[in-house]
Amino acid sequence: MFDKKELEKIKHGRKDWEKNCYLPHKKRHPERSKKFENLSWNEIKNLYTPGDIAHLDYIKDIGFPGEYPYLRGIHPTKYRGRLWTFRQFSGFGSAEETNRRYKYLLGHGETGLSVAFDYPTLYGYDADHPLARGEFGKCGVAVSSLKDMEILFSEIPIDKVTTSMTINGPAAIVWAFYIANAENRKIDRRIIGGTIQNDILKEYIAQKSFIFPPEPSMRLIVDTFEFGYKEVPRWNTISISGYHIREAGSTAVQELAFTVGDGVEYVKWAMKRGLNIDDFASRLSFFFNAHNDFFEEIAKYRAARRIWAKELKKLGAKKPRSLLMRFHTQTAGCSLTAQQPEINITRVTLQALAAVLGGTQSLHTNSMDEALALPSEKAVRIALRTQQIIAEESGVTGTVDPLGGSYYIEWLTDKMEEETYQYWDRVEKLGGVLPALEKGFYQREIAEAAYRYQKEIDENKRIIVGVNDYKMDEPIEIPILKMDEKGEERQINRLKKLRKDRNNTKVEKNLNALRKAAKSEANLMPFILDCVHSYATLGETCQVLRDVFGEYVEPAIY
Amino acid sequence: MERRIRVLVAKPGLDGHDRGAKIVARALRDAGMEVIYTGLHQTAEMIVETAIQEDVDVVGLSLLSGAHMTLFIDVTKLLKEKGMEDVLVVGGGIIPEEDAPKLKKAGVAGVFGPGTHCGDIVDFIKKNVKR
Repeated sequence: MFDKKELEKIKHGRKDWEKNCYLPHKKRHPERSKKFENLSWNEIKNLYTPGDIAHLDYIKDIGFPGEYPYLRGIHPTKYRGRLWTFRQFSGFGSAEETNRRYKYLLGHGETGLSVAFDYPTLYGYDADHPLARGEFGKCGVAVSSLKDMEILFSEIPIDKVTTSMTINGPAAIVWAFYIANAENRKIDRRIIGGTIQNDILKEYIAQKSFIFPPEPSMRLIVDTFEFGYKEVPRWNTISISGYHIREAGSTAVQELAFTVGDGVEYVKWAMKRGLNIDDFASRLSFFFNAHNDFFEEIAKYRAARRIWAKELKKLGAKKPRSLLMRFHTQTAGCSLTAQQPEINITRVTLQALAAVLGGTQSLHTNSMDEALALPSEKAVRIALRTQQIIAEESGVTGTVDPLGGSYYIEWLTDKMEEETYQYWDRVEKLGGVLPALEKGFYQREIAEAAYRYQKEIDENKRIIVGVNDYKMDEPIEIPILKMDEKGEERQINRLKKLRKDRNNTKVEKNLNALRKAAKSEANLMPFILDCVHSYATLGETCQVLRDVFGEYVEPAIY
Repeated sequence: MERRIRVLVAKPGLDGHDRGAKIVARALRDAGMEVIYTGLHQTAEMIVETAIQEDVDVVGLSLLSGAHMTLFIDVTKLLKEKGMEDVLVVGGGIIPEEDAPKLKKAGVAGVFGPGTHCGDIVDFIKKNVKR
């Protein structure tokens, strides 16, 4: 990237600087630590110069935004053209309560919706299932049928606003609720936009809300890819997620390697089915974490874009759109402290800024109270305002990839890419993604990193403000969200009424058709849509698939 | 030789957040205790059954979904029913401050929130184990 002669001069200059300036100074004023490391325990040098990125070719390795390898961004104008989507992950209690929260957020300048479901919904159980005990509406909204989906989006313009839904095991069914609701409102499914997370691999790896074993799960996912590009073309049929891998305790490098590796795995499965890569690849999207190490996070997003473009090309994608990595980012929930919760606002600001400088398409900023409970209205408003301040006041949106060309950032981007490929080699040696999973490789890697991180905090080798240093002993003075105690009862009554009022012969017929189809190789989406249109519940529809596919039991590794 | 403290680390309910449970399991093991980890998706019945089978001194419950007021208390109630009041029960997760005294009253002797030093959990168990 630099002239050879110039590089030589810089190399010598750096040596001289070390000898004459840096070391003498360091002798008089020692550094605070012998070694500086980032959050992946990679050693960071005191200074980066053109010498650290001399091996890079600007045109080939870095390039221009909107052009291959998309390191600097997937859009030529980036935030000069359009800001990222302000999308707050949100859901609690009943559909009515969450619907009110969505209207509140949209009223305060949110530009996209993101649904958090409660645990029974995530596992494909209705609210009155015995295993749903105590969980109703606790960490998300309960959606047991199309009826709940209707209420959840009542008076919200789903033909205009896009919706992301964090749902995996039963993603196909919940997506069908959304499509059916649009259709009942006379909105063409070809114009609705949004995302289903639908990323089962990271569920086995980290998030653990799986239902079926890997093979039938992958089949269902490919069904949604196929149905999506043919029937719901503006929908992202997957959000391949590193977020939860990171929350489970991985490093940034592991998050990057495992997530993009999962992405490649999905493409391979879809191609094995006979789908054309250029038909579905542009509807694959990603979801990353924004943790504390500012530069490492930025490098991670940039590296992810370049690796994805390269890999998709290798897999045979021809259309430029197929090569674009579009991603959502959420600030790191696991970095929030229950101690002095107000200071989480500062953490979130830094993390959000990293996501923006890394070129995210959409962003969720955590609320300060989330180490204590689900966010209160005020806390979530401040979190949203944080994004608005970055967008409107900070000036970082004026130029594309402002940190591109930083010696440190480019070096780190490159290093993270290199380490990603090293991880992929290890996975390959274990036989690929599914065998590595079954052998507990990912789980063990993450558990190791999580424990190491915690030990460093316990031993005060890593400072967390308010937790192991700068502590205060004073009561927490922020309001905690209170939920409607009657929500669960209302939900269960609604379910009872639904099961009585609907045409049960039709429900039975549709569920049987789904059962038959699940045993064949047919795409299940049309059958699932028939079930939900006739108001078969989530639990009933999912049970049919549980019967046919079986359930996954994970090896308990710690 | 002194008998090592036996701990069952358990994940009740549907919550899949197991980072904390696994870290605590390892920390207790490193502190010399014998640790049995149940894995995910345990009902109160399953947890108590394992506690009896494994003859544990301590049950550690971890939950981040917010269902602790129901699921933790299900476990302490059932332990009592089975005559296992002498098993020390501790719990952790995303637990609002105001819930902690109620949990303690219901038999969860120690409640540990985010930011807890693993050493504090070890000390608490050593000091309070009843068997």
